[in-house]
Amino acid sequence: MRPSREGSPWRGVWVVVAKEMADHLTSVRMGILELVVLLTAAVTIYLALQNLSSSSDAFLFLRLFTTMPSDSPIPAFVGFLGFLVPLIAIALGFDAVNGEFHRRTLSRVLAQPIYRDALLFGKFLGGLCTLALVLTAIWLMIIGLGLFRLGVPPTGEEVARGLLFLLATIAYGGVWLGIALVFSIQFRQPATAALAAIAVWLFFMVFWGMIVDLVAQVLIRDELRQLELKLFLARLSPNTLYTEVIFAVLNPAVRAFGPLLPIQFIQLQGWGVPTPLPLSQSLLLIWPQLTGLIAATIVLFAISYVLFQRQEIRA
Amino acid sequence: MSEFVIETQNLTKRYSDVVAVDHLNLQIRAGEIFGILGPNGSGKTTTILMLLGLTEPTEGWARVLGFDPMRQPLEVKSRVGYLPDQVGFYDELTARENLAYIAKLNGVARPVAHRRITEALERMGLAEVADRRVGTFSRGMRQRLGVAEILLKHPQVIILDEPTLGLDPEAAHEFLEIIRAFKQEKITVLLASHLLHQVQAVCDRVGLFSQGKMVLEGTVAELARQVLGGAYRVHVRAVGSNVSEALRKIPGAVRVHKLDGDLYQVEAQEDLRAAAARAAVQAGAQLLALGLEEPSLDEIYQRYFQGVTAHETQS
Repeated sequence: MRPSREGSPWRGVWVVVAKEMADHLTSVRMGILELVVLLTAAVTIYLALQNLSSSSDAFLFLRLFTTMPSDSPIPAFVGFLGFLVPLIAIALGFDAVNGEFHRRTLSRVLAQPIYRDALLFGKFLGGLCTLALVLTAIWLMIIGLGLFRLGVPPTGEEVARGLLFLLATIAYGGVWLGIALVFSIQFRQPATAALAAIAVWLFFMVFWGMIVDLVAQVLIRDELRQLELKLFLARLSPNTLYTEVIFAVLNPAVRAFGPLLPIQFIQLQGWGVPTPLPLSQSLLLIWPQLTGLIAATIVLFAISYVLFQRQEIRA
Repeated sequence: MSEFVIETQNLTKRYSDVVAVDHLNLQIRAGEIFGILGPNGSGKTTTILMLLGLTEPTEGWARVLGFDPMRQPLEVKSRVGYLPDQVGFYDELTARENLAYIAKLNGVARPVAHRRITEALERMGLAEVADRRVGTFSRGMRQRLGVAEILLKHPQVIILDEPTLGLDPEAAHEFLEIIRAFKQEKITVLLASHLLHQVQAVCDRVGLFSQGKMVLEGTVAELARQVLGGAYRVHVRAVGSNVSEALRKIPGAVRVHKLDGDLYQVEAQEDLRAAAARAAVQAGAQLLALGLEEPSLDEIYQRYFQGVTAHETQS
């Protein structure tokens, strides 16, 4: 039985958060990523606006995020976010702990009156806050641009849906930040950690879909159950969860997920959709996915916590 | 609180099958400069990490200033300044910013911190480079910045791990002066090193570590008596026929060597200069010179480990 510790594990958390955020926001690395996101937002929103100005729609503002001209070679803004957010999160987290080892600052910082918990949590929270700050800024810019160009204010429901979309994006970033943090503790070399995190990202972006198809086809003959299995497996990927959440949030017409998903993809861009769902019903629809993302973030943080507590401090 | 500032009882640390620290009993009084001496891998750093609560002991206990480092690490760490070997800083921050972060982690209020940082930097001779990035600092400057960071905390105990390693002779000498100054301020210092003459130059007492055990402990003179047999060496230069005989007869003389020509060395447990002079003159010799050589830790160290290896080969 271990003796209980005295003193708060929270002591110093906010100091670490402030330092991490200051580091992130002034770093060249973040500058480049912000530029990329900004550029993406500008281009996609510009194209979306050109496409939107002619149509009239009850959810004009939400279309800003999802609409693209049908002949456009690039996906809509949300499509970009699906792979940009993981990249930003990985960039924020891959050298969180091993970077301190590398600079030989870890033992010095831990010799101060704080617990390891505070350092790790502060680093995680610092990364998440930075991500939230960047995403919120871009979100506000898009809304502002929309106000300016569309000339109509968003309805209350649109704002609520927009906020939910922002929250889901941050939670999605949290998952990837967690993955990066785990690798930053597991691998002593920051480059190794970054590569490992990017490998996971590639795996889910490119290969997971193929693997799911293959596994489902091999295991089950019955077509409907095969589809069910595919859906179940696909949802193990945070990308799928995120995609489903933003589909339902930004497109009130989405009524269910499931084997019909490809059809709804078409609906997202097309018209002639039956009555849209109220916000509460959309929320109910995405509830499992949203909690799944948040739970994954917490689980990943817990893993990194255990790894970090067990690690020897000496280099 | 007991009379000892640092006390350990049967402190043991095992890494799977390697015993890093083996039933260590250490007692350090207030205001003392205690040197931990030993080859690399003899358990010096592990001991320090256990004293700071950064590594969990497998067995035994430790008390620092009456606190248990395992249960009350925050209390310990807010009163103990620690300079790790190969100290690292955030290279992209200035000296002042680095110290400000540490001050915040220690919960020092901003105005107080500002004053203390300026004081500490001035005392370490870093005032002029306070606003330069640490990335441009030399090793000696980093080391002094490390001490400035310790001073910032106003510690009661200072633990230094290989502080002079990699410093040029002048910087090392300056550093020893800094350590001596701590004694004037009644700060207890624990100094781990394998650079013997430096330990000898500043330490009140030393403990000799070997394979996780403290094999010898005491003042340098005490160790010399234990290991070398004689703690004092009187050098006698005298021209005469049977000086060697006469010197051997002095009560208290442990051993007499003829070093060269007419130079003799008398090993003894006390200062025998007067007796040696008398004996030489009485033997009819011409006494040319008389000197006292203090034993060096170097010799004690080498002799001790020679003895240990000889013993091991025998058994």
